[in-house]
Amino acid sequence: MGETQQKGGYIGQAWLVIVLGLLYGGVLAGVQTTLSGRAADNKKDETYSVIPSLVRGADETKTIELMVEGKNGKEARIYKAIGADAGHKGWVVPAGGQGFADRIELLIGLDPALTALTGLYVLEQRETPALGDRITEAGFRDRFNGKPADQPIVMVKSEPKAENEVRALTGATISSESVSAIVNDALANLREPIGRRAHSAAPGEALRETTG
Amino acid sequence: MAREEPTALERFINGVLPENPIYRQLLGMCPVLAVTSAMKPAMTMAGATAFVLICANIVISLMRSLLKPHLRILVFTLTIATFVTIADKFLAAYVYEMSKQLGPYVPLIIVNCLIISRCEICASKQSVGVAAADAVGMSLGFALALASIATVREILGSGMWFGLRVLPGSWPGWGIMVLPPGAFLSLGLLLGAAEWVSRKRARTNLWRTVRMLWSWRR
Repeated sequence: MGETQQKGGYIGQAWLVIVLGLLYGGVLAGVQTTLSGRAADNKKDETYSVIPSLVRGADETKTIELMVEGKNGKEARIYKAIGADAGHKGWVVPAGGQGFADRIELLIGLDPALTALTGLYVLEQRETPALGDRITEAGFRDRFNGKPADQPIVMVKSEPKAENEVRALTGATISSESVSAIVNDALANLREPIGRRAHSAAPGEALRETTG
Repeated sequence: MAREEPTALERFINGVLPENPIYRQLLGMCPVLAVTSAMKPAMTMAGATAFVLICANIVISLMRSLLKPHLRILVFTLTIATFVTIADKFLAAYVYEMSKQLGPYVPLIIVNCLIISRCEICASKQSVGVAAADAVGMSLGFALALASIATVREILGSGMWFGLRVLPGSWPGWGIMVLPPGAFLSLGLLLGAAEWVSRKRARTNLWRTVRMLWSWRR
């Protein structure tokens, strides 16, 4: 301690780290502000491109983007999937939450009556390579197809017995359970508001025409 | 007498082959094994690593007189992490498909020993010019090594190179080559080949020296 004080104290020792921390923080804030819009657009384009695989018969160019107020009081973006015949084919709900390593973002496909899951897509994840990142594989995602949307999904380590059970990935239990928790939270929060919206006139629907 | 530090040209040349980060130093093995299933992700990783290495080396060299011995690793890590985050955000904005494919491996550049070792060995001791030349040489060496492994894996695994078909459609595609075992097999065989060539050259040089000494004696 005496030696540290002799050389100018803690600030004298660490001033470079403090200055660099502030400088780099400012640079990163600038980079984030500049590039985040473009990154968000990329994610949105990807969302539109996978909607037909989440809701059978949906036409991405006819997708309607809606904002609904969830039970938690926050506005959430959802997608109303429309087919080429102009019929309502289902819903796509973006959802996110903490995974094992970092945030996981999902797209959940639902049937028009909001009774069953029709597809699941992992939009973003940073799970452990070769273990947790297998949540992106169709082999895992397809396990959610047809599962009921009105009861919580339960992850199990053996062959599912009940209709709301899904088999977790071997060696990636936490990542698997994170996915089911994100799906459960999103449906608990948004299923009823979407249902109400489906039966109302849906004022202010913003139709986004994409070129596909 | 203190050993003289290498010049910029020596640093550059050393990075490409004699001290190649992968074949000679075995550094940065994680991306080498993980992203070399095809040329596109391998070259994206090489580009991102080059950006981080060059920027980090230049910045560390510029502030080398301010570095305190016990805080230098912290400063290196802070600097490297900043440039890695910039590279990650840039890829997500402009090369989205590759950003998705590389996933956590871009943030993992932060812990690539190659970068922190160059900051420690060269940038914290030598001028900006030498540090930049060292970073460019090492980046080139890293990119060449990634390209060599990715070439073997992509061609044998799918009959393609950079997404273009180079083997006839009848090529069955050795699935194992694009899977993790293929990475270990390719790396092991290429490392063995590099070692064999290097030993052969060393033997040739030894014989040449012996012959020269013998003729001089006579």
